[in-house]
Amino acid sequence: MNPGGFLTSLADGLLIGVVYGIAAMGLTLIWGVMRVINLAHGAVMALGMFGVYLLFSGLGLNPYLSLVLVAVAGLLLGMLVYYLAIVRVINAPYLSTLLATFAINMVVIGLGTAALTTTPRDTGFTLGSVSLGPVTLLGTRLVAALVTLIVTGGLYFFLYRTRTGKFVRAVANNRAAAELMGIPSMRILALSFGIGTMLASIAGGLIATFFSFNILSGEVYQQKSFIIGVLGGLGNPVGALLGGLILGALEGLLPLAMPNTWVPVIEFILFIVILLVRPSGLFGEKE
Amino acid sequence: MNKNTLFHPGLWLTLAVVALVGILPIPGQDAALREVSFTVLVAIVTAGSLNLLMGYTGYVSFGHVVFYGLGGYIGMYLLDSFGVSLPVAVLAGGAASALLAFLLGKGILKLRGAYFALVTIGVNEAVRTFVSTFEPFGAATGIELQFSVYKAYGGAAQALWLVYYMVVGLALFSVLASYFIKHSKFGLGLMTIREDEDAAEVIGIVTPDMKTLAFVASAILPGMMGVLFFFKNGNVEPGDAFRLGVSIETLVMIMLGGQGTVLGPVLGALGYQRLRGFLLTSPLFKNTQLVVAGILLLLIVLFIPAGAVGWLRQRFPWLRKVLA
Repeated sequence: MNPGGFLTSLADGLLIGVVYGIAAMGLTLIWGVMRVINLAHGAVMALGMFGVYLLFSGLGLNPYLSLVLVAVAGLLLGMLVYYLAIVRVINAPYLSTLLATFAINMVVIGLGTAALTTTPRDTGFTLGSVSLGPVTLLGTRLVAALVTLIVTGGLYFFLYRTRTGKFVRAVANNRAAAELMGIPSMRILALSFGIGTMLASIAGGLIATFFSFNILSGEVYQQKSFIIGVLGGLGNPVGALLGGLILGALEGLLPLAMPNTWVPVIEFILFIVILLVRPSGLFGEKE
Repeated sequence: MNKNTLFHPGLWLTLAVVALVGILPIPGQDAALREVSFTVLVAIVTAGSLNLLMGYTGYVSFGHVVFYGLGGYIGMYLLDSFGVSLPVAVLAGGAASALLAFLLGKGILKLRGAYFALVTIGVNEAVRTFVSTFEPFGAATGIELQFSVYKAYGGAAQALWLVYYMVVGLALFSVLASYFIKHSKFGLGLMTIREDEDAAEVIGIVTPDMKTLAFVASAILPGMMGVLFFFKNGNVEPGDAFRLGVSIETLVMIMLGGQGTVLGPVLGALGYQRLRGFLLTSPLFKNTQLVVAGILLLLIVLFIPAGAVGWLRQRFPWLRKVLA
């Protein structure tokens, strides 16, 4: 096998992996703060894809500028979903929140299918490519990885350097105690859910700049987010980024060794094994 | 088994509902009506069997369809490649699903709550992606039955009726099974695990064995049903056999009717399938069927989490004598 091809596959995989990583980070943040598995994550990602696509192909807006709008919309949508579907069942058995978020997923996918059909879309956006020795990388993927790193940095800054971020961590740590300290936990939960869906919409928007998609594409990426979240340990945002890199590397390299169709089989088996053997994730502390 | 258990009106009411759905198309040999009843009865069996795990034991599986799909595949493979008869294929499908549940059970049932729900999604996807690449099962194209297979049963038209009678039988059996399990010592153990698993262990219930047994029991009937469904269909494909959405629809039916009750999944399956049929054929909702179903699910989860039967039992205590 030529080393150039190997390195290109690896680099491609890693660049896409970090984008998967921020979607997973959103999922894992929501889980960490409120113990909710968001089954509408993929639907929000699909909306992010369409947001960027429609703003770019309809209004001619630069995709990365569109991404800012999509992110804000994702944040607001998440908070709306929280108040509509989750706030009433936040303390109920976990099945309630699973089904409530799945109901939102059905509504979004249903409306999306009716309004946008399931025809594949492609933004047709390109930024050329960069060659480094034997490795050639697409510009859109490099920028996507860069955006991901900026977003991650921003999230880190928010959580560790701002007062509201401190509140989020406090609520995640112990909601009852946080409430006793006068932290408005319901508003913090809504904000956290919003940030989680914002990350999903950003990931969706970035994916739209280099892959074709339709309204149902979110489901595949949602499952990748599950796998990554479990790899990195649910509730651990940094783990999600590392998990994204691992999954990306696997997706880049495994097709060199076996038919493409075996890759998801390996991913899901890995997912099951990690859940069984180390439910706290590869980087989590042993329970 | 004491006499009161056998003569509880709740059992007979539930059996009567299922029997009515089942018998409706038979006198007139009405094929269109048979299709309607068929869909409802399949849903009654899948919802009733998932209820053993979810309603009685408190473990929510998002991968229930894996048993249906795997059973279907094993049965179709035997029918197609070895020419076994339909009843043998049906039993083999049920056995294969039971075996899978047994092998998985000890491992995945030690996970609780949302982790269990997640791993069942993983199991379903792992099996689906595996079958999609597994050559003996036809990989992505699946297995298609030769038309001649139906000759042994007096042609396709006769075979469809034969399948239907077997489905009615399975549906009635599933009601009996859920009722008698609920009123057995085994069922009591499962419900103890649901209420408090640690306490159950302390009072001497061997929870890993109990849970595995519940998992196996919930896998058998969908495995058998899968064979009948895909035999009737004529072909089986990975996308149809392991659709995650089917698992979730089954959860919705149980929620709608009332989890942990015997009548609940039956009413839920009937209500959900009839509503779905109505929405799909109505010009107003044809394109937004999923939206309506989603809103309905959200309303149930938020406002009547006990489901129809559970709500009635809470609201009108005297109904507990009538509704099982």
